[in-house]
Amino acid sequence: MDPMSWTGTLGPILNPLIVASIAVFFLAFLTQAVMIFAGMRPGEVVITPDQNHGISIPRSPVDYTLMAMKYAILVFLACIVLFFIAGVFQSDLTDQGVVGAVGARFLPVWIALIITFTVSIRFKRVLGLYGKLFDSPIGMVGFFLVMFWVFTAIFAGLVATHGPIDVISQMRNEVPGAFIPNSNEGDFPAYLLGGDNLGRDVFSRMVHGAREVLQIAPAATLFAFMIGITLGLPAGYFGGKMDTVITFIANLVLAFPVILLFYLLVTPEIVLAGVPQYMSMVLFIFPIIFFVVLFNSRYHTQPTKRAILLAVVLVTGALCYFSLISDRGDSDSPLRFWPEVLDIFDIPGNLLIVFVSVVFVNSPTVFRIVRGIVLDIKTRDYVAAGQTRGEGPWYIMLWEILPNARGPLIVDFCLRIGYTTILLGTLGFFGLGVDPESANWGSTINEGRRLLTIYPHPPLAPALALMTLVLGLNLLADGLREESLKD
Amino acid sequence: MVPLGGQQTGNAMGQFILKRIGTMLLTALCLTFVVFFLTNLFPNLEKLAKTQGNARMTDAEVLRWLDNNGFGDPMLLRYGQWLGVAPGWIIKDEESGEIIGRCIDFGMDPADAPRFCGLLQGDWGYSTVSDDEVTNIVWGRLLLTGKLMGWVLIVMVPSALIIGVLAGMREGSRMDRSLSTASIATTATPEYVSGVIFIVLLASSTAGISPWLAANGWFEGRTLFLGSARSAMDDITFWNFTLPVMTLALYGMGYIARMTRASMAEVMTAQYIRTARLKGVSFRNIVLKHALRNALIAPFTVIMLQIPWLLTGVVIVETLFNYNGFGWTLVQAASNNDIELLMAVSIVAVVVVLTTQMISDIGYVYLNPRIRIS
Repeated sequence: MDPMSWTGTLGPILNPLIVASIAVFFLAFLTQAVMIFAGMRPGEVVITPDQNHGISIPRSPVDYTLMAMKYAILVFLACIVLFFIAGVFQSDLTDQGVVGAVGARFLPVWIALIITFTVSIRFKRVLGLYGKLFDSPIGMVGFFLVMFWVFTAIFAGLVATHGPIDVISQMRNEVPGAFIPNSNEGDFPAYLLGGDNLGRDVFSRMVHGAREVLQIAPAATLFAFMIGITLGLPAGYFGGKMDTVITFIANLVLAFPVILLFYLLVTPEIVLAGVPQYMSMVLFIFPIIFFVVLFNSRYHTQPTKRAILLAVVLVTGALCYFSLISDRGDSDSPLRFWPEVLDIFDIPGNLLIVFVSVVFVNSPTVFRIVRGIVLDIKTRDYVAAGQTRGEGPWYIMLWEILPNARGPLIVDFCLRIGYTTILLGTLGFFGLGVDPESANWGSTINEGRRLLTIYPHPPLAPALALMTLVLGLNLLADGLREESLKD
Repeated sequence: MVPLGGQQTGNAMGQFILKRIGTMLLTALCLTFVVFFLTNLFPNLEKLAKTQGNARMTDAEVLRWLDNNGFGDPMLLRYGQWLGVAPGWIIKDEESGEIIGRCIDFGMDPADAPRFCGLLQGDWGYSTVSDDEVTNIVWGRLLLTGKLMGWVLIVMVPSALIIGVLAGMREGSRMDRSLSTASIATTATPEYVSGVIFIVLLASSTAGISPWLAANGWFEGRTLFLGSARSAMDDITFWNFTLPVMTLALYGMGYIARMTRASMAEVMTAQYIRTARLKGVSFRNIVLKHALRNALIAPFTVIMLQIPWLLTGVVIVETLFNYNGFGWTLVQAASNNDIELLMAVSIVAVVVVLTTQMISDIGYVYLNPRIRIS
């Protein structure tokens, strides 16, 4: 059977519109550039003395080209949305076309996005910084892209048409929209974005890849932040010898070319020697320290409350910590002393190594940022007031300085998730540490690039996915920065 | 960033540079030891023994092979030997009475061999995989990467500065917003993504615009650009080198442009710019004669710091485009357990990073008149 067309039944109507909108956009862009270069300006406010000193903004030709560009973009987007809407209502795959069918598969994601946006915009005035995000168009676009992938990761099971590692050998390198020959009743009858060189569905792998990436990136960034904060606060606040030593170590890690570090940490021989395990032992203890100090400094005047909170933190922390670093299945692991009964969960060795190396690469930068902010904030009056009141140094650091540093930290957190996603992709691209079967975007790009010039579709889908996610995070950070500066 | 204040004399500047060089040497020493430690862990050596000797060696044989080849000494001592501050190992074979040693080349009389032979003596070791002196390999590869980086900088720096200045001269304008969004987009596109997109768009014979242009007969050949830079190693042409250069330049460009924009926007709000405007100086002259020079101080340090950052990009691009330069060598050495080559590559990488950091610090002090003449 012939593969389905890109645009289905609506194609003949909407395709010319799309082409026209693109053409108009580029023509308008060029004309506008030429006109600006020739010295024409967009219309400016003019006070008209003869008409009761009113104000008018005459439109110059530049304004008309800008308007043309704006409407071209709107028409383009409207066509895509129409394809998606039509795709949801049409039932036959040939009618939907690839675009419509992909849009229809993402239906749960669209619903979730619409609900999120309606609720958020409705209540944006009471939602603090998050609500203010919806005043910035750039921030909203960023938030949309990020939430799109977050919901895709959540609903990956519903959105994907096939399993991430299901192989149908006839579908090797098939073009987007190809139908599966003699497909079973009840299975999805086509590969929407084609098949890769092993005969797996590109679309489903992309969707499942979102889950793989979003499982690691935010968590790794969070750990890096806890480590950076736990070390950066005292380094900036106390200064002195400890500051010099930690800063030197942080600079050491930063001077290491990232890619070399990855190769050194993730190669099988070094994993065999247990280096990542020892590193995880050191790195994962910082979150526990962070929470212990956090609650201890807050409640040390209320001994009962403090005792309860610390006990909770220490018990859960220790349980998670030892479950994390000890591996039931691995008898060579250097950490065999932890009883198996208490080993609640296991992280697959590969994943742990990737996680540790990404955290390790990110934490020195966070440390430097936190240290810099603390150096700035500790000269403020309210810190001096706290010191005069007799507040302990840790209380001042964690409950006075840290909340006031949250703006830049939140912005950097968004940027850093994006950077972590890029790092994960880099690891996958070099085939380091990740399972070769995994749907991870980086490794999918790496697999596809060998036949790139002949079969371009397998690596293109994950490449665009990764790009939109990171772009979304960057735009989100930009919107947050803009809105938090307005205060 | 720069610990300078109060009386600024030439002497203080000298001290500052000396202190920076001291820190740099210490950092280099620590980093190389870390790399040495990680590449000389027992599993690596075991693998080396098995690839060099016999794949089916027993554990005892592996240990004997390692002892006979000078890997038996303690780690720190071997690091000293590698560095050239400790005398190279010498082992006398019990059976044949032959003397072999780190500094004794094949066929050399042991009596003539130097006592020290390490990095400081210019002996970088021997690559077990490519069967060649490491120095020969590294310099050739560095030259290739140097060409790539050179072109990248030629493309990247001027365009980034122009974009940044154009965006920053009228903060908040439409031009600013569109250029800023574009630079965000380039920083959000890692090399392995943009490289793939470029190859599909411009260098594929089945997809992108090449087949369309070829059908119209607008250019000779099958594709607009070449998706592999292998031929660029001998002869760089526009056809085979554009895509790698573009891929690398694009990722680095956004960051420099954003820094330039921030710096330019800050300068444009300065008092002296307002004075110039009120005096009636034209906008063009304000930007070109008054603002530009001050606005370019901060981007200078960013450009220098961008070079080590491009290093990862170089590795990706050279792998993606099959260009056998320095980054490609790093990947090969690391994946083939070629210990001495990997050490040499790391040294070069670390030195590049630290030197650019130092130049950026010192350059910032020299370029900024407010710090220089305070």
